[in-house]
Amino acid sequence: MQFQNTGLKDTRSGFGAGLLELGQTHPEVVALCADLTGSLKMDAFQKQFPERFFQVGIAEANMMGIAAGLTIGGKIPFTGTFANFSTGRVYDQIRQSIAYSEKNVKICASHAGLTLGEDGATHQILEDIGLMKMLPHMTVINTCDYNQTKAATRAIAHYNGPVYLRFGRPAVPNFIPEDFEFHIGKALMLKPGTDISIFATGHLVWKALEAAEILKDQGISAEVINIHTIKPFDEASVIASVKKTGCAVSAEEHQKHGGLGDSIAQVLAEHFPSPLEYVAVNDRFGESGTPEELLRKYHLDTPDIVAAATRSIARKTKPT
Amino acid sequence: MQMRRDIVRMVHAVNSGHPGGSLGCVEFFVALYGHILKHTPKAFTMDGMGEDLFFLSNGHISPVFYSVLARYGYFEVHELNSFRKLNSRLQGHPTTHDRLPGVRIASGSLGQGLSVAIGAAQAKTLNQDPHLVYSLHGDGELQEGQIWEAVMYAAAKGIDNLIATIDYNGRQIDGNVATVLDLGNLKTKFEAFGWTTLINENGNDLKAVIETLKLAKSFAHKGRPVVIIMHTEMGMGVDFMMGTHKWHGSAPNDEQLQRALSQLSETLGDF
Repeated sequence: MQFQNTGLKDTRSGFGAGLLELGQTHPEVVALCADLTGSLKMDAFQKQFPERFFQVGIAEANMMGIAAGLTIGGKIPFTGTFANFSTGRVYDQIRQSIAYSEKNVKICASHAGLTLGEDGATHQILEDIGLMKMLPHMTVINTCDYNQTKAATRAIAHYNGPVYLRFGRPAVPNFIPEDFEFHIGKALMLKPGTDISIFATGHLVWKALEAAEILKDQGISAEVINIHTIKPFDEASVIASVKKTGCAVSAEEHQKHGGLGDSIAQVLAEHFPSPLEYVAVNDRFGESGTPEELLRKYHLDTPDIVAAATRSIARKTKPT
Repeated sequence: MQMRRDIVRMVHAVNSGHPGGSLGCVEFFVALYGHILKHTPKAFTMDGMGEDLFFLSNGHISPVFYSVLARYGYFEVHELNSFRKLNSRLQGHPTTHDRLPGVRIASGSLGQGLSVAIGAAQAKTLNQDPHLVYSLHGDGELQEGQIWEAVMYAAAKGIDNLIATIDYNGRQIDGNVATVLDLGNLKTKFEAFGWTTLINENGNDLKAVIETLKLAKSFAHKGRPVVIIMHTEMGMGVDFMMGTHKWHGSAPNDEQLQRALSQLSETLGDF
């Protein structure tokens, strides 16, 4: 099928809408926020379910502990704050009280990556996927548009275990159909192809589809696969795709170290060594700027995916 | 007391663990598990619906925690033999990971248990479960910032089904708490945050601890969290482990074990 941009929408609003629905359907769902209710789009849930909403103030460590404790009474807590404060700031709390303790906490993180924009590097976490995927028991999801974020928010409530759900601030193309079910841990085939596998997550998925169109004009058939779940990782889909195309590109709004590309490289190294080119931030901090300016400057834009695909294809062993 | 024998024998057997704080908290644990908690040791559930809950925040005093859990029937007493050994449910620091009945959260990295206890208390409120949540914290642990986030939150939100106890033995790994990082006037600090603050001057007197816990219970459901500042002696019951911070995290050798056991009568049978 052809995916259509149905308009610009922010992924965090998808989270807010999904959370509100869960409030209506799941009485055990509760929400906690560390003074960013509006930014996380949790206001509707707060308004409709005030007794199930916990404003913890600017105290994220306490928030993670309270969330862990709420699970002990059978609640399903969704914590909300920026990705930076959802991970790096509270890593030990997550590690001990949530991951090691196997608590059913959903850590929901907005404003991830460079596209947070003007606030700059202090807030633009690019290490969170790596931090979270290293934790045993943790499920790690990075959604690409409004509809997928909404569907993922609902889906993680039905899964018993700690989850990190990563989304962002800017309005981006909304293209995943509203009725698409979200399957945790299952890669989503967006466009079949034969010459190159492009694996993308988060805001760069739409750009990967744009890149595939440009490559098509160059006579290259690109396969685009959305890896929304970084962990558990859908190894089989990656291997199957690269066995067909012989080379790959990873695209993500994250550091090269520890990100999606890293997971793909591990799988390919173990099962099917093949060329892989990374579209990711390479060991740098971000800076202030508009989201689009930053994606251009840090080489996370559509032309960068096209260039990476071209490099990867060039590295394929030529048949003798 | 038997639990003191359990503690020194457990840490001696693996030449590691934390006897000092464990020995100092024996009366608190006996008071809580034997006289205060409404709990179901033989039918442990993670949710703990319809019963009181306890959270150990200073997880390094796991020997006393494990001993009391075994002695009150959460698991067989002989399992104390496996403390800190490979494939054991009795990890160096308590964990839910290996499904040991009686443990509802991992602790060890300090400062996290009060937040967890608050969350469990809020869940009880949502569930209209009138039972109480208890927690224990080291005094040195209060140097962690998260504790004060939680202290502020509990008072601001009127968490009144929570009774936290501070094991105020005045000692931590590097020396006296007052020297390492003085806590100042803990009573006025908790009061200023809005907690009902009780002092127990002798946390090694079982009857006194029971009375203090009963008094704390009488303040529950009155709009404020309750804290007990409980003065204890680290290493209590073993003469050479008292009056020093040196036995915070050291195990006795064979000769020291015999000296310790000669001061602790076997009342319930060793594990």
